[in-house]
Amino acid sequence: MEQLLILLIFLPVVGALVTAFTGNAAKHVALVFAVASLALTAVVAGQFVPDASTQFVVNLPWIQDLGISFHAGIDGISLITVLLTNVLVPVIILASYQHNYKSPAGFFALILFMQAGLLVVFTAMDAFLFYIGWEAALIPIYFICAIWGGKDRIKVNMKFFVYTIAGSLFMLLGIIYLYLQNPAHNFDIQALYQLHLDPVQQGWIFWSFFIAFAIKMPVFPFHTWQPDTYTEAPAAGTMLLSGIMLKMGIYGVIRWLLPIVPAGVQDWGNTAIILSVIGIVYASLIAFKQRDAKRLVAYSSIAHVGLISAGIFALNMQGLQGAMIQMLSHGINVIGLFFVLDIVFSRVKTNTIAELGGIAKSAPKLAIAFLIIVLGTVALPGTNGFIGEFLLLIGIYQYNIWAVVFAGLTVIFGAVYMFRMYQNIMLGKTNELTVGFADIKGTEQIVLGIICILIIVLGVYPKPILHLSEASVQQLLEQVNQKLTSVK
Amino acid sequence: MNIIITIVVTALAVLYAGLFKAKKALLPLTLLGLLISLTFAVTAWNSNTVYYGMMEMDNFAIAFSSLTILGTIFIFLLTQNYFSKNSENIAEYYTLILFALSGIVIMVSYTNMSMLFIGIEIMSVALYILAGIRKNNFASNEASLKYFLMGAFSTGFLLFGITLVYGATGSFSLHAINQYLIGNYQAVSPLFYPGVILIMIGLCFKIGAAPFHFWTPDVYEGAPSLITAFMSTVVKTAGFAAFLRLFAGTFAPLHDFWMPPLMAIVCITLFIGNVTALFQKNFKRMLAYSSISHAGYLLFSLITLTANSANNVMVYAAAYTFASIIAFAVLILVKQKTGHDTFESFNGLGKRNPLVALALTIAMLSLAGIPLTAGFIGKYMMFLNVMNEYQIYLVAFAILNALVGFYYYLKVIVAMYFKEGSEIVLETPVQYKVVLILSVIITIFLGVYPTIILNLI
Repeated sequence: MEQLLILLIFLPVVGALVTAFTGNAAKHVALVFAVASLALTAVVAGQFVPDASTQFVVNLPWIQDLGISFHAGIDGISLITVLLTNVLVPVIILASYQHNYKSPAGFFALILFMQAGLLVVFTAMDAFLFYIGWEAALIPIYFICAIWGGKDRIKVNMKFFVYTIAGSLFMLLGIIYLYLQNPAHNFDIQALYQLHLDPVQQGWIFWSFFIAFAIKMPVFPFHTWQPDTYTEAPAAGTMLLSGIMLKMGIYGVIRWLLPIVPAGVQDWGNTAIILSVIGIVYASLIAFKQRDAKRLVAYSSIAHVGLISAGIFALNMQGLQGAMIQMLSHGINVIGLFFVLDIVFSRVKTNTIAELGGIAKSAPKLAIAFLIIVLGTVALPGTNGFIGEFLLLIGIYQYNIWAVVFAGLTVIFGAVYMFRMYQNIMLGKTNELTVGFADIKGTEQIVLGIICILIIVLGVYPKPILHLSEASVQQLLEQVNQKLTSVK
Repeated sequence: MNIIITIVVTALAVLYAGLFKAKKALLPLTLLGLLISLTFAVTAWNSNTVYYGMMEMDNFAIAFSSLTILGTIFIFLLTQNYFSKNSENIAEYYTLILFALSGIVIMVSYTNMSMLFIGIEIMSVALYILAGIRKNNFASNEASLKYFLMGAFSTGFLLFGITLVYGATGSFSLHAINQYLIGNYQAVSPLFYPGVILIMIGLCFKIGAAPFHFWTPDVYEGAPSLITAFMSTVVKTAGFAAFLRLFAGTFAPLHDFWMPPLMAIVCITLFIGNVTALFQKNFKRMLAYSSISHAGYLLFSLITLTANSANNVMVYAAAYTFASIIAFAVLILVKQKTGHDTFESFNGLGKRNPLVALALTIAMLSLAGIPLTAGFIGKYMMFLNVMNEYQIYLVAFAILNALVGFYYYLKVIVAMYFKEGSEIVLETPVQYKVVLILSVIITIFLGVYPTIILNLI
């Protein structure tokens, strides 16, 4: 059992090292490794027993003098994010097939390296290991965006890097503080759960972690790096950032913030919800005004993530379960959106909405796929987005009715700007640019097919996924509440 | 003792080899001598020999000697074709570096103030000459003169401080001084306090800590890059070892007295080093200023004295040494090819020289303190040490500075990979490759598995 998780984490590393030396065949090799990881994940998911326990636990001594061990495991919450990563990475690699990136070996090797970093983040049971994974995922994506990005990439990526690394460093400060408070002097998650810090300490730790997570997600007002970075990054980079990497922040809140400093969450969660709700409204309003479709999707992503974050801080079963499923759905949908826009861009070299139109006439398959993805994004019942948003809104409703009133705007606003974007790009009259628009074929078809199937299957039958995380989320909430009552 | 004897004998042998025009034998001879002394150092582990109360080869001294000798070996490997272009008499350079190294071994093992002074002077005098060794180069001459004047000045401070401490305690022996402090804790002679401060100032000059850092950028820039590499790695490490031996050991009872001024020095050093490094257009000057900021991180270990302080300096110094050696090695290669050492001359390096670019990238990530490199472990140990006493504001301040550091270290990576430039192919001699690869391996190994070095001393 133990070997399975080690294999899961290190297979992408091996894949990256092999891919780095394969020259132009890199994409095929990378895909093989990504699919192998997916198969392995299927095995893990098959053996997983959906109770609250941590399974496939690896606990190897690493830097013992500092109380650091290679301690990782999978519970329901981890499994969802691991699934997310390992389902989406092969999709993203496949989505990059049509591009002729210069030095592809490096490009695909970095994607696999990042995958390994993400898997460490999502399975770490040791705070230090978590931090290492957190940084290890950042370095590859920085290089991906900065080497293969658009023309403003250098400036934009510097901002992105400095922002995220600033967050990480404050988190490190918090981690060191927790370590020193821990009488056992280690970073073990269970030991950190057992800590009894007074509310003032918890408040500080809350902020040191929250800033790191909020920058990653991103939550208003820590989002300013995001639209530029999404726009300038290469297609695969944008997909990795929006589809998987921002979930690191959400996962971090659920796994580390809530159970370790529940009193801090209780004191400051309200602030976090207010920031999230402001972010929802603000990002939606800005999304209205965007002329570039890629930026529109970037802002819509801020709004959607704001909803997830508000749902988590509502601290109830519906909110957390909604966040779990919405992490998966949002990842699938946003990757779909960015992929469609990438296809459009590669054909007509623009993403400016006003310059497009009538694509549906010449590319009906693309139009249908895009429509399904848009419907998923605006949370139409029967699509994956619905389940998550529904649960999240119920969760927030239980917390505060005003919060849900404003948070609910995301659904309405989202429908408006998404449909308007769809209408202006796909419907209407064709112009010189779009008249001979070639429909999707080959790998494009496969990728969009997979995404559409996932959207519908998850929308119609989400129960297995919800079931996976249910027990773990339940236990987490009990832990939090227990700790909160013991403080009082 | 046999470590120093070996080094000095090697130095003399190299000098004679130079006289008899045995140019080809110089480098092998030097490396052989250094390897022998390194072996002596390693075999002396745990033996703790005291030499006439003047020097003590404890594990601290051996660890730092080994590190400095290893660093010197790496730097000697980089000398290929470096000096011979400028002069016929390259044996002298080798000899001077070796003499400086012998001074350094004394600096890390002294137990008597007079030996501290002698060690520093042996090292410094050799360095004054080495900084100006390109006698037809104006910048090199300026560097030498500046270094000499500042060095002499700081020696004055140091000597005056030693005198005052002697006046208070009647002894040069560190042991006796320590006993005096413990015995007269409540009634330390008023001469002692200014003595400690003056010694601190003198040593801060030597390690280039602000506000006594003014010579550093000019001297580092003016001196030949190889000598700069030696100064900013091996010499700096030795300076810290000397500092640590005195303050963490002998002056520890007066920690409450000298800690506040030191804290001020740390903050100024971090701030000035990082902020000025940010604005440099010249890679070499950036390294010079960043080396000032690293002095700030290294002094962290003295803010909170714990059992690990010495070892933390060791870890940090090791991380810093190997990353800096990579940086300087690449700088030398680039400058030989392009004639410049600005950031622009690194443009497009990643395409044609993947090995060199990768090595420099890892070095920069290590200097910036990214996980899985040695530099991260070094910084982490420092932060952990200071957090132990909950100097959280200081750590937060250092973290903000580290953030600034990321920015300027990334500038090199940006230039190498993301900017289009003239596609140059560097001539990378085998020895350079060896140094680069070994340093990268050490940097990553210490980052991934630091256990072997964490409780060394």
